This record gives sequence, C-alpha cells and structure tokens, in this order.
Amino acid sequence: MSRFERWHLDKPLFTALFLLAVVSLVVLYSASGESVHFALDDALHLVVGFAVMIILAQISPETYRRWSVPVFTVGVLGLAAVLAIGAVRFGARRWIALGPLSIQPSEFMKLFVPMALSWFFARGHLPPRLSRLAAATLILLVPVLLIAKEPDLGTSLVVLLSGIIVLFLAGIGWRTTLTVLVMGAAAAPVLWAHMHHYQRQRIYILFHPEADPLGAGYHAIQAMIAVGSGGLFGQGWLSSSQAHLHFLPDSTTDFAFAVFCQEFGLFGNLALLALYLFIVYRGLRIAFAAQDTYSRLLAGSLSILFFFDVFINMGMVAGILPVVGVPLPLLSYGGTSLLIIMAGFGVLMSIHSHRRLIN
Amino acid sequence: MRYIPLKNDSQELRLFESRVLIAALLGTLLVLGLVTRLGYLQVVKHRYYATLAQNNRVSALPIAPARGLILDRNGVVLADDFPVFTLQVTPDRVPDMKRLLAKLKPLVALNAQDLRDFRRRLAQHKPFQNVTLRAHLSEAEAARVAVNLTRLGGATLHARLHRYYPLGGLATGAIGYVSRITRGELQGQKVGRYFGYRHIGQLGVEKSYQKDLMGRIGFKDVEMDAQGRAVKVLKRILPHAGHNLYLNIDAQMQAIGEQMLANRPGSVVALDPRTGAVLTLISSPIYDPNPFVNGIREKAYKALATNPAGPLDNRALNGLYPPGSTIKPFFAYAALQTHWFNPHKHVMCPGYYHLPHSTHLFHCWKPLGMGRVDLKDAIEQSCDVYFYRLAFKQGIDRMTRYLGYFGFGHRTGIDLPGEYRGLVPTKAWIKASGKPWYPGQTIITGIGQGPLLVTPLQLADAVAAIANHGVRMRPEVVRGIVNPVTHHVRYKKPYAYPTIPRRRKKSLKRLIRDMTQVVEGSHGTARGIAYGLPYRVAGKTGTAQLWSVVPNYKGKHVRSDALFMAFAPVKNPRIAIAVIVEHAGFGALAAAPIARALMNFYLLGHVHARTQNQSRPQIARVRTLP
Repeated sequence: MSRFERWHLDKPLFTALFLLAVVSLVVLYSASGESVHFALDDALHLVVGFAVMIILAQISPETYRRWSVPVFTVGVLGLAAVLAIGAVRFGARRWIALGPLSIQPSEFMKLFVPMALSWFFARGHLPPRLSRLAAATLILLVPVLLIAKEPDLGTSLVVLLSGIIVLFLAGIGWRTTLTVLVMGAAAAPVLWAHMHHYQRQRIYILFHPEADPLGAGYHAIQAMIAVGSGGLFGQGWLSSSQAHLHFLPDSTTDFAFAVFCQEFGLFGNLALLALYLFIVYRGLRIAFAAQDTYSRLLAGSLSILFFFDVFINMGMVAGILPVVGVPLPLLSYGGTSLLIIMAGFGVLMSIHSHRRLIN
Repeated sequence: MRYIPLKNDSQELRLFESRVLIAALLGTLLVLGLVTRLGYLQVVKHRYYATLAQNNRVSALPIAPARGLILDRNGVVLADDFPVFTLQVTPDRVPDMKRLLAKLKPLVALNAQDLRDFRRRLAQHKPFQNVTLRAHLSEAEAARVAVNLTRLGGATLHARLHRYYPLGGLATGAIGYVSRITRGELQGQKVGRYFGYRHIGQLGVEKSYQKDLMGRIGFKDVEMDAQGRAVKVLKRILPHAGHNLYLNIDAQMQAIGEQMLANRPGSVVALDPRTGAVLTLISSPIYDPNPFVNGIREKAYKALATNPAGPLDNRALNGLYPPGSTIKPFFAYAALQTHWFNPHKHVMCPGYYHLPHSTHLFHCWKPLGMGRVDLKDAIEQSCDVYFYRLAFKQGIDRMTRYLGYFGFGHRTGIDLPGEYRGLVPTKAWIKASGKPWYPGQTIITGIGQGPLLVTPLQLADAVAAIANHGVRMRPEVVRGIVNPVTHHVRYKKPYAYPTIPRRRKKSLKRLIRDMTQVVEGSHGTARGIAYGLPYRVAGKTGTAQLWSVVPNYKGKHVRSDALFMAFAPVKNPRIAIAVIVEHAGFGALAAAPIARALMNFYLLGHVHARTQNQSRPQIARVRTLP
C-alpha cells in the first residue's frame, strides 16, 4: 500500500492538482504586481484547500450519502440567511459575516446540490420517472432562485448547471430534455425582462464589446488585448503589461487566466488546458469505477462541473462567453471557491479510495 | 456485508457510461471551440492585440524645444528664454495635505491668494493629475524645494522655459511678443503643427519668424499605467532648438529714440538706405510685453487698451499721418522729370494762392509770403504757394503716380506683420470713393494735406530711396537667422524695388542739394540742428495740420503733428530717418532733434552734448553674430 493509498488519496489527481497550485502561485505573484505578501496569502489558501481535501478524503462516501440532505438543508437556510442578514458588498448581498470569516453560502451549493440530487436519484431506479424528475427539479430550483435573488447570476447559473449535470447523468430522457430546452427558449425573454441592467449589459457586450470600451465592454476588451498580445509563446513571466499597469481589472481573480495568456501564450494555454482536462478525465475515471449509484453520480457530476467551471472562465476571458463572475478553479485567488473545489476533490478521492473488493 | 439495493446495476452503469460519453463529446466540442478562439486571438490577431497592448502602455509626450533668441545687431539679447519653476502637487500621493503645506511653508512663500487658487484647482482636478501650488518660484525657493523634495512626498518641481523680454518695452513694435496659443489660432493650421507648444508669436518678428523661432518638438515615449501615471521613460526624441534671430535694430539707438520721445505719441523709423536694414523702429508710447506672455490680467489690459495715447498701436507700421511738407521733395522730384519745369524760375509768393477763376484762398504758412522763390528756396523754407502752383500744373495723376514710385500707397514689404498701405488719392481711389474730386483737393495734396496718408515706415523708406540714388530697398528687421547648433547663418538678402524713373540725369542730385539747404541754408527750416555737425544732412521738415474739431486726449487744442525726414551723410548716405511726433507743433522743433541724436549716435557713436543727457540702456547679455 503506497503512501497515497494509505492517506486515501489518488496519486495522479493529487499530482495534477499540486501542479495547478504551483501555476496559481506563479500567475498570481505576477498578476498582483509581484507582491510576495499576496502570493503567501494565496499559498495559505492553497494549503488550507489541500488540507480540507485530505481530511475529506478520509471520510467514506457512505457518510457523505447520509449527510447529503442535512448539509443541503443547512445550505439553503444559509442562502435564506444571506438574503435576510447578509452583508452588502459591491452592490450585491452575497456574504454572511461569521466573526472574522465572511462566508458565501452560494459557493457551497456547488457541492451540496450535486450531493442532494445524487442522493435523491440513488434512492430509486434509473432512468427516473417524470414525477421524480419534477421533484428533483424542485429541489434544484430552490437554491438557484435564492442565489439569483442575491443577485449573483454567475453562481446561480453554475449551481443550476451542476443540478442539470446530475439530471443528465441520471439518465433524463431525450424527449424530456427537448421539452425543457424548448420551454427554456420560450422562457428566455421572460428571464431577460427580469434581469438587472448590468446583467443585460454583459450579455449585450459579449456581442459588441467595442460599443462601450470604457464602461461595460472594458473588462472584455482589456482581457482580449491581454490574450491576443500573448501570441504563441507569450511575453514571459512577470511581463504582462495589462496586469502590471492595471489595465486589466480583477487580474488576480476572475481574469487571472488573461494574465496567464499574456505571459505564456498559446502553448502555455494548451498545456494548462491539458492539465485541467487530465483532472476531468481522472475524475470521470473515478466515477466509472465507483461502486454505487450515489458515488457514481456525484463523482461524475463534480468532474463535469469542474470542466464547466474551467470552460466558463476561459470562455469569458477569450470573449466567447459573457463576463460572469466565475473564477478559474485553483488558479484564481479566492477563499471560498477554492475551498469548495478542493472539498469536491476530497469527496472524489474518498469515492476512489474507499472502494471495496466485491467480486 | 452491507445490504446493497438490488437494482439493475449493470444497466445503470451502461446508462451512466453512455451519458458520460455524450458529455465527453460535447466537452470535446467546447474545448475545440475554445482552442480555436484562443488560436484566433493569439495567432491570427496577435499583431492587432499586441499593438493595442502597446498603445495601452506607451504614450508619446511632447518635449518643448527652447525658442530661438532674438538679439540686436550688436548681440544684445532682446528676447530670452529662462527657466521658471512651478511647484506642483499630486493629491493622490499626498496622505496628509495639511502636513505637506505646513512643511512647504518655510520653503516657499505662499500667500492667501495662492492657497485659495490651489484649493479651487484641487477641487476640480482629475485623479492623478498634478495641481499647481505656485508658479514662478524664485531660484532660491526652487533650490530649497529641490533639496527637500524627498521629504515632500507628492510635491514635484517642474522647470519650464519662459519667454522673457529683458529690455521691457524696448522695440516691442519690431520684436512683438509670444502668448499662449488659443484654440482659434490653431484653426486653419496644419493639424499637429503646434502640438506640444504652449506659446505662439503674436506680433513683430516673433510672429513673422515663428517657424524659425519655434524649432521642432521632441517626444518621449512614456510607459503609462491605466490611471495615466508615467511609470518610466522608454525612448526620447530630442527637440531641435529654435533658430536665433539677429536683428538689424540697434538696441542702444532704439533706446535713445524711445527716451527722447519720452512716451509722447509718435514714431521713429531709421533705415540703412543701401540695404533697407531697419536700424530703429519706434512706436511711442511704449509698453512692456512681458505680462502678455502668460496672459495679461484683464485690468492691466484694459488700462493699456483704453489709454488715449494708444500704446498698443504700432505707429511705425499702422500710424496713418498726413505727411505735410515732408511730401514736397517727392512732388519736386516728379516735376523735375518734366520738360516744362524750370527749377531756377522764380515764383512770387504773396502768402496766398488761388485757383484761376476762383476766389478761394490757399494760405502759405508764412502769412505775409516769402517773396520770390525758386525750387531751392521753396524746399529750404517749405514754401506752400510754390507747391500749390506745382500741384496745379502737374495734376493729381502725375503726383500720385510718382508717390507710388516712392512706395506710398503700397506696403513696403517689411518682414513684420500687419503693415498698412496708407492712402494715396490715385485715379482708381477717387473713382472708388464715389465722390467728385475738386481741383482744390489737388492743390492741398501738393503740400501733403487732404486725403493723403502715409506711415512713418513709408516715409523713411521713401527718403531712403532718394538717398540711395533712386533705388528703394525693402525694409528688413532681421539681419540673419542662426542655427544654434551648427552656427550656420542665413543672411537675409537685401531686396531692391524697381528704380524710380528719372528722365533728367541731374534731377536727383539737385533735389538732394536743395534738401541739404533745409539744414544748412540760412533760412532752412531745420537749421536749428546744423550746429557743429561733422557730417552733412539732407532733410525736410513737415507740420501736418489736423482738422479735428474734437479736442485731443489731453483736452487741449489740437496741435499739428511734427514731422522730419532726413538722411546722412549726404555723400554716401548710411542712415535715412523719419520722425513723427504727434501734436508737437513745428517739425523742426520737436522732430528734428530726435533725428539728429540718432544720426549722431549711428554715425559718430555718441549723442551730441546738446541733445539731452542720455543714459545708455542696460545690456543684459551680449552674443555677437558669428
């Protein structure tokens, strides 16, 4: 039994994550204007994240299954609490202050929703019947709407996506899928009418960033400039003029990938993308090898959700998706989101390492 | 073994596998799309975005060159550049403005007005822009601030070259001045020509030689951050300093003339008749151009503009005067070219003249007349009746044609902006005026009255033409233009106008001899300046009557303008001069002594003892023409 197995860890996955952590330190040191303090802060977050992952890997999937419903309930209550007593920052009510910590319950739902839905589907036969699907949709919509109300369109869509992924993996029928898609398309104008002005702006700007280069289009344009100026090989580490001269906003968080693009170019991007895809691949391998429906659904949905997290952020930076506040997993600076991602990988490793020989 | 719900596990696994496969397919498509997009941005559009990133980063800032100096013919600096220091504050870098101001108090004099202005500017400033705290620091103040700069976070010291006219109002009419460029002045100019410049020549050679003086702007490429703060300088293109102008004007001579005029309204123009070089160009009263450089205060400007003596008028170029008797030699010259005119023939001057079949009397300035006069006497004593008769005989056409030959009614072409043409009642002018022309007007034109108007510059240039054997030169203020780096000199070439027609060979000589009698003759109107002159002078006085019913600016009765024009030495003249003193009465008394003093100074190097005690102007710096 290797050291990794003894600690219930998956070696390839752990290695890939560790590499990403190193890349994160390298990029954020540059993006923060070569601030050692900032890099140390990020390192601390990463250490905490890895610790959480290792701890969660020790707990068996069976325990997770049993705790799925309670944690989901707590999460929903937390979201309700945010709306009631949350702290307002940047014009949105997303955080609750717990002593020195400020917690963003919506981030937790990225984990709790797949858990709850996996639990729900694992109770019955798959593919589920329409009535069960309807019930699952209801479970899903409660947190999604609460988060959208904050307002935090980005996270609410990601949470919605996480639920849809579970529904999809659970074997939702094609006819149902088609119906939902048609209904969704029909609902789009209604949704548009209920969106905040800045949210509409972002979607409009996606197609016409040059319409408002110093206002709503500023992020998108400066990000594209950073990406495009990187070229094939990039301008080299610590040479992102867009970040160093503060043209690129949020260069350490949502737009850290833009800094990476300018400094390491297309080849760097491909390598980074390969690393991310390897992690997704490894997660799906774990899902295939899972021994019960709950573990399989959870592992699969977490892996695919991870992929979408990466894709949404990169797509946003590259200008093919609207500017939504979704960080790039592991690479972006951020406490809660990193913690949740690492918790997710902790669960994945637990699923992988607690298999039993049943044959 | 725990109970595992007995579901169709293999079927579920197959379902799951197929779903993951579909997801993987979709994921692959998405990744391909993303990679395509990244490749498009980073390879296809790389150059475009790299340029944008570079433009984001680098901006070109102008470096202003030093403006060319203006020096007189002996190298006396008339227009200079000197560094002025401005104390500025970047508010965003100042943690505690009160403390900073307290620290600056012992170093720089800050009065209540300065602080008020500073607070006003502070309220309006944009982020990361500098706010001027005080301009025009003394050298001591600048030094004190410079030494303590590290202690004064947020405060910066800026040096800028400032145009300065060390001799104040001396020769402002010729030099002009610079002032801030206004938006209106940029219109119609080639875009970018004045980019980076703050000042532009407004008058005088500062305007007419603007292109030589301004030099070429330099640039520095500065790395800027998103707030527009300069981070570091990447590249410099050094500016080319403007070329220096050496003038023909003699500052000392100019100063003597200005002091003798003593701010009485008037004008003096002295030329070298051989080249047209402008030795002196005075418009009195004088005014200091220095306040105009950075915008004169409204009150001060109003005081200048509303001053009835009109200091802002450039009388040498724009003063329109009836020439009075100074015009007589030119009409005499015109008459001398005819076959019928006999200069030796004596004419009776009874003190008045009337046209045939008319009872209207035209008076001579000597009420009882001069008796029998020929041309020599008529010029020497300025007999009006003689010239009334001459005018009647010649007719207005011939008279004005010859005035045209001498440059009257035309611009002299001097290298200064805004020169006036004057007025000569030619046939065309009479026709255009739409009023009938009476023979009486021809008569009074014969003695320089009527509609005839000349500028002092025209008068000087015309008398210089007599001195220069009938060749009129274009007046030139600038002698040479010097490149300050290579010291290459571009001398201005003298330009001659077509020689004035002469049908009788000795007519010019005769005219000059008669004009000499004005000074040397026993009855000469300017004989008062003749004592002790070691050289011979030819000249002509004039007293232009003004028909104004309105009392003059002093509220006194209108007095005539005093005029005098002369050249010397009579053989090989080196200086020609025209002097006009407004409302000063007889030309011989007010104007001729000024001409004498300047000619003395120019030809002898000193002013004669009788012509007041002149202090020489202070000479700041001398740079001689290489």
